[in-house]
Formats: sequence, C-alpha cells, structure tokens
Amino acid sequence: MENEFLTDWGLTLLVFAPLIGAAIMAAIPRESEGSHKMVALATTLVTAAIGIWLFVDFDYDRAGDLQFVQDRSWIDLIDSRYIVGLDGLSLPLIALTLFIVPLVIIYSWNHIPEPGNPKAFLMLILILHTGMLGSFVAQDLILFFVFFEVVLLPMYFMIGVWGGPERQYASIKFFLYTLFGSALMIISFLALYFLSDTGLVPAALAETTTLGEHTFDMRALPAAVSGIASGTALWIFGGMFMGFGIKVPMFPFHTWLPDAHTQAPTQGSVILAAVLLKLGTYGFVRIAIPILPGAAMSWAPWIGGLAVIGIIYGALGCLAQTDMKRLIAFSSVAHMGYVMLGIATLTELGINAAVFGMVAHGLITGMLFFVAGSIKERYHTLEIRRLGGLLKQAPKMGWILGMCTMASLGLPGLAGFWGEFPAIMSAYNPAEGLNVELFRFYMVVAALGTVLAAGYLLWLYQRTTFGTPSEEFEDDPNIHDLGGPEMVAWVPILIAIVLFGVLPGLILDVTDPAISGLLAASLGG
Amino acid sequence: MSFVSSVFSSVGATIAQAAPDQFGEFVRPNIDWFAISPELVLLAVGALLTIVDIMLLERGKALAPSLAGLGLLAPLVPITLLALDDAGTRTFFKGAAGGAYVVDDYSLVLKAMFLLGAYIVVLISTNDIAEGDYWESEYYSMLVASVLGMVMMSSARDLISVFVALELLSIPAYMLAAWKKRDARSHEAGMKYYLMGVFASAILLYGMSILFGLTGSTVLTEIAASDAVATNTPLMTLAVVFIVVGFGFKVSAVPFHTWAPDTYQGAPLPITAFLAVSSKAAGFVGLMTMIFVGLLGQADAWEPLLWVLAAATMTVGNLIALRQTNVVRLLAYSGVAQAGFMLAPFAVGGTNPGDAVEAIVVYLLIYTAMNLGAFAVVITLARKTGSAELSSLGGGFQYAPGLTVALTIFMFALAGIPPLGGWFAKFEVFRVVVADQSLGAIALAVIMALNSVIALYYYARIASQAWFNDAPDGDNSPVPVPPSLRSAVFICAVLTVLFGVLPQTVGRFGELAGNIAGI
Repeated sequence: MENEFLTDWGLTLLVFAPLIGAAIMAAIPRESEGSHKMVALATTLVTAAIGIWLFVDFDYDRAGDLQFVQDRSWIDLIDSRYIVGLDGLSLPLIALTLFIVPLVIIYSWNHIPEPGNPKAFLMLILILHTGMLGSFVAQDLILFFVFFEVVLLPMYFMIGVWGGPERQYASIKFFLYTLFGSALMIISFLALYFLSDTGLVPAALAETTTLGEHTFDMRALPAAVSGIASGTALWIFGGMFMGFGIKVPMFPFHTWLPDAHTQAPTQGSVILAAVLLKLGTYGFVRIAIPILPGAAMSWAPWIGGLAVIGIIYGALGCLAQTDMKRLIAFSSVAHMGYVMLGIATLTELGINAAVFGMVAHGLITGMLFFVAGSIKERYHTLEIRRLGGLLKQAPKMGWILGMCTMASLGLPGLAGFWGEFPAIMSAYNPAEGLNVELFRFYMVVAALGTVLAAGYLLWLYQRTTFGTPSEEFEDDPNIHDLGGPEMVAWVPILIAIVLFGVLPGLILDVTDPAISGLLAASLGG
Repeated sequence: MSFVSSVFSSVGATIAQAAPDQFGEFVRPNIDWFAISPELVLLAVGALLTIVDIMLLERGKALAPSLAGLGLLAPLVPITLLALDDAGTRTFFKGAAGGAYVVDDYSLVLKAMFLLGAYIVVLISTNDIAEGDYWESEYYSMLVASVLGMVMMSSARDLISVFVALELLSIPAYMLAAWKKRDARSHEAGMKYYLMGVFASAILLYGMSILFGLTGSTVLTEIAASDAVATNTPLMTLAVVFIVVGFGFKVSAVPFHTWAPDTYQGAPLPITAFLAVSSKAAGFVGLMTMIFVGLLGQADAWEPLLWVLAAATMTVGNLIALRQTNVVRLLAYSGVAQAGFMLAPFAVGGTNPGDAVEAIVVYLLIYTAMNLGAFAVVITLARKTGSAELSSLGGGFQYAPGLTVALTIFMFALAGIPPLGGWFAKFEVFRVVVADQSLGAIALAVIMALNSVIALYYYARIASQAWFNDAPDGDNSPVPVPPSLRSAVFICAVLTVLFGVLPQTVGRFGELAGNIAGI
C-alpha cells in the first residue's frame, strides 16, 4: 500500500484503460484490420499489466480489507459516490477477467466471425471489459448497477450481429431477461437507500467518507440497514434475487442461457460463460447476503432448492441435447447450481467453494466453448451425431477436449474438483439456523448430479472424439489440428486449470479472509 | 406581421390582467425589465425575423435559419446573468401572497431548456425546410413565437398567464403542423392537432373558471392559500379533474393521446420533433405549476387521478408502440410511454412536491437531449432512404456507422440502459416513487419496471434494424449529412452520454428547479 499512485488512481486506470483503447480504435479507419487487432491486444495486455501491478502491491495479509480504495463524489444529488476498492473477494474474479479477455482477442486473430468488421467486434469486447472490471470493484450500489448494465449492450450486439442463424431472437431474449431482473433490482436498491440510516454506520467508516442521510455505499449499508423490519427485508432481498438470479442464471430463469450461448460467436460464449455469469453470483456474495443477512437466512433454503433443481435439470437437459454448444450451455446451468448451493449454505466453506467454483467454471467452460467454436469452424456443424473421430483427425484438439471434459466433471487434480466437492460438503453442515436435514438432502441430490455430469460429459466425449470420422468429413481438407492463435490462446488456460487443481490454496488463501470477514460482519461468524 | 401583433397582444394581456388595483385608477406596475429581458430578446428576434423577411424578400430566406438559431441562443445571456444574480426570486404583480409572473431558479432552468431545445430544432429544420419549398421566414417566426410561449409558461404563476402562455405556444404549433402545404397528411395533422388542442383548451378554461369561482383569485399562490383548496368539495374536485385533463391532451396522456400519432406522422419531421419534445415539455411545466403551486392542498384528488393516468399512459403507449412499423409513429407512441414516466412523480407528489419537481425536470432535460437526437438521426437517415419505415433503416451500420452508433445511443438512452442518459431520468422517477413507500407507490414502481422491459423491446428493434439487417435495396452508398444536422446529432449525443456518465451535471439543475417559488 505504499505506492501512492496505485492507491489514488490504480483501480480507475484499470477499469477505464480498455475504454481508452476503444477510443484509439475508433480513430483508426475500418480497413486496417491488423492495427485494430494490435491495438485491442495491446490494450488488454496493458490492462492486465496494471492489474498485475495492483496484485503485486496488494497486501495479502489484509486480504479481507478493501485496498486501493478511491472515494470521490459522483452524484451528490442522490448521495451516490464513485467508490472502488479491491479485496480478496474481487481479486480472483478481476484476475479471471484480465486473464480471459486477452486470450479471447488472441483467438480472434484469425477467427473473426461473419460478417467480419474486426473494428466494431473488438471495440465491443473492450467496452465489455470495462463493464466487467467495473462491476467487480464498485463499492457503491448505483456505480455497481451502472457497470452491471454496461455489459449488456456490447453482448447484445455481439450476439445479434456476429451470432448464428437465430441470433436476433437469442440476443433480445438475453437482453430482456437481464433487464427485467435489473429493473426489479434497482427498486430494491432504492428501497435499501431509503431505509438506510447512516447514523448506525460505525464511526471508523463514517469518518473516512462522506455520508448523507441515506447511502448507497456498500461498505456502510450492512450497518445502516440493520434496523429494518424483517418482512420488508424479505421483499427487498427478493428484488435482488431476481436481478442476480436471472444473471447467474438460476432455474427457472435459465432459459435465456442456452439460446444466447448457442447463437453467440465463440468469443461471446467464452466471455459470457467465463465472466458475465459470475456477475450474478458475485452480486449475491458481495451485496445481497452481507447487506441483508437475515433475509438471506430465510431465502437460503429456497435458493438451495432451486440450485439443486438446477443441477439435476441442467444435467438432464444435457443428456437430451443434440448440439454440442447447447449441451455445454446446459452444463453451465448445472455448474452454477453448485456455486449457488455453496452460497446458500451461508458458511465460510460453502462461499469459498462458490468463489473457487466461479473461477474454475470460468476457465473450464470458457475453454469448452473455445474448443466447440473451433470444431464448428472445421466441421461447420456441432450436431453431435454427425461428429466423431476427432482424435484421429485433430488429435491435439481431441486431447484438449478430453482434458476439459474431465475438468468439468470434477476430476480431482483439476480445477473443477475444488469448486464442486467443497460445495457439496458444505451442504452437510449449513450455517446455524438453517434446516440441517433439508441441506443434507440437497447434498445427496447434488452428489447424484455429479454422477449425471460424468455421464453426459463422457458420453459427449465418446460420441465426438472416439471412433472414426463420419463419411462426410473423412477427407475434408478443412479439418486440421490446432492453429497458432488457438495454441497461444488455449495453453495458458489449460495450465491454469491444472495449476489451480493442484494448488487450490492460490485462490482460497486470498478469498478466505474476505469471506470470513463478510460473514463475521453480517451473520456473526 | 402576424407575429408581432399576436405576441404583443398576449404579453399585453399578461401585464394588464394583473394590475394591482382592479377597481381604482390604473397605476403602471413597477416592471423589473432585467427579469423579463429573455422574453424581450425573444420578442425582438421574432420582430427582426419578420422585418428581415419584408425588407430583403428572397435574399432574406437564406438568413432566416441562422438568425433564428442565434436569436434563440441570445436570451441565454440574460438567463445566465439572472441565474448568477443573487437577488433571488423576482416576482411580478405581487398579490397578497406571491405573484402572477415569477422568475426563479425553476423558471430559469426551464427557459434555458426550451431555448436550447428550440435551437436544436432549428438545426434539424434548416435543410428540410429550405429543400421542401416551404415558407421559410414565417416558419422560423412561428417557431420563435411558440418558444416565447414556452418561456413564458416557465414563469407563469397565474391562471391567466398560464392560459395565455399555453395558447401562445400552441397556436403557432397548429400552423406549423400543417406546414407541408401540398401534403394532405400534413393538413390532417394540423387539423387534428388544432381541433384536439382547442377542445383541451376549452376544458382547461372551464376548470380554471370553476377554480376562480371557488377561490376568488387567479394568482396560484393565493389559490393555494385559500380555504376552498383546503376543503374537499365536489366542485373543487371537478375543477382539478378538468385542469388535469386539459393538460393531459397537451402531454398526450392516455386516453387523450389519440391525436399524437397522426399529427406526428403528418407534420414536417422537425416539427414532429418540436411537438414531441418541447411542446410536450411545456405541457408538463404548466401541469407542474398548476398542481404543485396552486393545487397542492387538493393532493387527495389529483394523486389517484394521476396515478391512473401515469400507469395507463406508460402501459398503453408501450403496448401500441410494440406493433408499429413506421419509425415516426413508433417514436410518437414511445413518447406517449415516456410521458407516463414523467406523470409518475405526480402520483406521489403530494407529500414531497420539491422532489417530484426535481425528478420531472431532470427527466425533461434528459428527454429533450435524447429524443431530439433520435429525431435528428431519423431525419438524416430519411434523407437517403426517403422513408421512415422501420425496414428502411436496414444496413445503416454498413453505410453510416457513425449515425448508427448515434441512433443506438439515443435508442438505448430512451430505453434507460446505463451509462446512457436515460437511465438517470428513469432512476430519478423510481427514486421519488419508491420514497413514498406506500403500497400504491410500490405498485406503480413495479408497473414502471415492467414497462421498462417492454420498452426495451421496441427500442432495441429500431437499433437492431440498422445493425443486424442489410439495406433493403442493397444500396450501401454513404448518407450525405449536412453540417447543421451533423451538429444537432453531435450535441445531443454528447449531452446524452454526459448526462448518463456524470448525472450530477443534470441533477444539479433538477435540484435548482426543485426550489420552485411558492411551495
């Protein structure tokens, strides 16, 4: 924390650096496609470098505290301030974002989807980048809301312009679902604002910032709204549940996800799976639960219930799919179910597992979508029944797909295991006050879900990679093994999957202090 | 000619009607010339436009747009000086409590908004009017006269000055709507607008006369202080209903919105923009003044009425907008839905009128920027395609990427997606409504939330036409963008984004306006 520049400007620079890159790209004519790719890559690398600089300077002994906090006036009229900060909870997600986006741009080097126009495509990715980073560092509800919504437009256009044949339907469905959730969420935020009493905020915090009569400050809100009636809190939590739950997506709001994933271009699917879905789960951990712990207690059994329904439903959905990308999308519903189950236990173990699960799912499912995109590019179809013999035609890609399916089904030693297993385990012993029998039942169901997951993933792998290629693709010259940009984009992800599988402490040591701090403050330990 | 006489008679009427001693010898009221200097400058500009037309004839035509544009900006100088002046509220024709014509922060903010809005309208009119072979000088004098009515409406605090301002802003607009002299649709537009407008004026006037009969005063602050407003009588309720309905026509609230789509579609497009933005805003200003300054004591009567109007207006406007295939009609219905959002703060305004005014003014300011911008883009694209059908927007992203991005900004701003301006407008309305915390208010907030989602569907449809589809005839030649339209789009886009990213810039003006004198 000695570095004054980082303390004053680091996070702002991190969040807005991609926008600067986008502004530079706006000035370059559309025809020079090479320079657009260079500028976009350079921007994301510079952003990542700023991130690494912040991570190096980050005080890991105080990972539970917000660091590099900037607190400036923004909209005085509504007591909303520009507050950003980094703690052990945001750090892994920021790192994930900074890691995935440059790889997506490298992958785009020779994979700009139809109808081309890399300038617009890459600019949208950069705007998306700002929105995602901003959401993970914002410490003011309104600021969070703005960043949370900034990601919608670029993703809408990515799906709508560069997507598959049903792109228009899929893009507007994605947009409408999310907006519906966020409209109810903003009502909840406003209700929190009006019910907050800044007189209850501990002096230690109140002295360092400017508080009006009411506040949107996430740091101050848990104390400021501690006095509201439990019935009201239930409704407010319900509004936030809609906002975050649709984004996750939880059963029964998941229906936008398979459409969006299937129709999105590969890059869109990867970003959507790797980062965007995490905004929802992050919202639960960062906002909903710490601010309204009492209501979270009442909602937890329902959230847990929907989570395990999602696990089983997603798995059954996977078994019924005939399209590889749609199958991966349904597997996302199941995996996010584990994350939500971990959160619903309201225990330190469960939420740590959830955050680990977010990162692991981001890496693994992002990787699966990359592979699916490359298969689509070669075979021009993702119809599982027409594929086969990938190991013969493109052995490296076949092995990579194998590794990802193993990671996705939760094989110990790979990252997926540490998201799933502790989440199931935490349901054995949920937070005090929750119905233990019910959560143990959830645990059993979730465990059964892993069996189904193994089933659909191995079946997928068997059908697509084993055997011999079907006649129509036997001598297709278009089918070749990994290309350069694919190699460069994928190898770092594969390394990360193994690394976090072997050394889960790399993430858990950072998140644990932050999560235990949040829980201690809200649920009393 | 007609301009000067009509304006002089209406300004004269405002001054004369409020002479302090109604029955004694006429004493010239002490007039604060500084305070009414914006109005005087506008009056001079209108006169100048007429004189230039008479003196220079054909040669004067080319001057008219620049003269009108600069003339509309000129009153901003006295407005700025008045705003910086510490003398506080300046009141004309003082009665027992307050006066008939008031220059306060509220009126100054709104005057500036009307003038800047009209300036944008002149920018988007310039080429359309010159190329359409219309009466040019008269067009701009009419526009300036109408703007003068709006500027007066911002300060009017008396039944008669409100009514005079309303007529002054409406009558030129009736003519402007029918300005396309060889187009039957335009005649229909003007006629429909005129008949509906006159009908609404009659209802309003009837309500005002009942109000005058019950309270014995025309000055709003005196009405507010009277016993009649504090008691609930059937006649009083009737007066409130008539006044709300009268303005309901002007702001195109459902079920009084039926004129809007036909008028908007038939009128020249710049005038459509003017009606949809400035004229509607003036209606809201009149309604705010009447309700919050004069009839605050009758909140029990107008709160439920406006609750129903707000909910119906946003829902019906949105549902009909979903089915439109013509962009201008779509914008007309979307404007109806937007009006529903602006009506929502009225429904809870009885307890905290200052906050409601703040939210409505913020909404009006942002709405002016984003909706005028939307019209500017549609007008520019229509210059190439010659049509305002939704399908004609296809391919925009290929042949006019800049304009398409601007269109996207305006559409998603109207839909209320952060970080574009509209989100803060909607947010302010949500804030005021949720602050009430009654069951009715929360229900209204939920209706608003659902309507935001519906609205997104058709706004996204407009933007996506330009992004996702190809040009209908495969013609990808670039669009010629005249400099005046270019600057109109640019100014509106910059303001829309600025208001969204740094809402304090617009919020500050809303806050100022919330200190409306008399409540």
